[in-house]
Amino acid sequence: MLGLAADRLRADMNRLLAFLFHQGILDEQFLQLQQLQDESSPNFVSEVVNIYFHESEKLLRSLRSLLMDREFSDYNRMGIHLNQFMGSSSSIGANRIRNVCVAFRAASEQNNRAGCLRALEVLEHEYCFLKNKLHELFQIQQQRVLAAGVRYPMQN
Amino acid sequence: MAVNGAVTWLRRAEEIDGYDLSASDSEEVHVLAVDDSLVDRKVIERLLKITSCKVTAVDSGRRALQFLGLDEEKEANGFDGLKVDLIITDYCMPGMTGYELLKKVKESSVFREIPVVIMSSENVIARIDRCLEEGAEDFIVKPVKLSDVKRIIDYMTMDFREGEERRGGINKRKLRDDGDDRFSSSPPSTLSSSSPTAPSNWILRPDVSK
Repeated sequence: MLGLAADRLRADMNRLLAFLFHQGILDEQFLQLQQLQDESSPNFVSEVVNIYFHESEKLLRSLRSLLMDREFSDYNRMGIHLNQFMGSSSSIGANRIRNVCVAFRAASEQNNRAGCLRALEVLEHEYCFLKNKLHELFQIQQQRVLAAGVRYPMQN
Repeated sequence: MAVNGAVTWLRRAEEIDGYDLSASDSEEVHVLAVDDSLVDRKVIERLLKITSCKVTAVDSGRRALQFLGLDEEKEANGFDGLKVDLIITDYCMPGMTGYELLKKVKESSVFREIPVVIMSSENVIARIDRCLEEGAEDFIVKPVKLSDVKRIIDYMTMDFREGEERRGGINKRKLRDDGDDRFSSSPPSTLSSSSPTAPSNWILRPDVSK
């Protein structure tokens, strides 16, 4: 009985990961992070990802508040936020978000406010989607641990 | 730079929490990692620990200089800094960039021998060239992978063994109780880590031109 639950959970996890990679939402850098997780650092991936979520939400709020300001003209500052967002997204393998940042930055460099607003909406949407999916992934992984009754390193 | 002798340094350092200076640790490479991004600091720290390095991660060039004891405005905090064997720094940082940090390190008579590796998410040849010309040991395009870190640490430890006689081992921290002081007059290194031309054993990331 327990064995079946563990198998099903592993299948769920693999299906979710395959989906995320196939859609280009995650790239191989995420795999790299998983490889850095082991018994000595069993929660490494979720720790890094949670830091990423925290920082990303601050950046998204800053970007939105910059663009909501009717007098807005500080594209420089927006570029800095975007570079930060791009950097951290690339570091955790959030490939699609990173690509949206690239497009966003291009609009920003052209001082194209409307383009920036559109890009920001896409960015917020992509971010929400990724956050939900990664939470789902972490939940499955937690359930796997519980189902097995012992702690073991994450397996792809 | 205060030079109190190895024994005093060792005693002060032993009083500090969190620094384990047992004899076996003298073989570990101590890396100073500099990055303003918390996500990146966490990742580089893990990469370095997995490669069996001791890591000190700071969030700015200024703090890096303070840790080394090079910051003019602030006194070296507490101790003269644990011996740093390698500095790995992000290029784009607010305040002092990684390039500026590189320059400050290479301008210092005490620290110029410490290899400095630059990380950047931008794969810009001009930027890479500028860093190498200023004496950077290597340039990593982000996101940083385990293979990047392994390559650098392997190259460094190989270099240590080869260059040990030449440089008197000043790049490798050794805890000696014979009064050997890491700041004492090691012969000025003939190894030109700041030469504009790459030594033949320089390994650049293979796809750096992409």
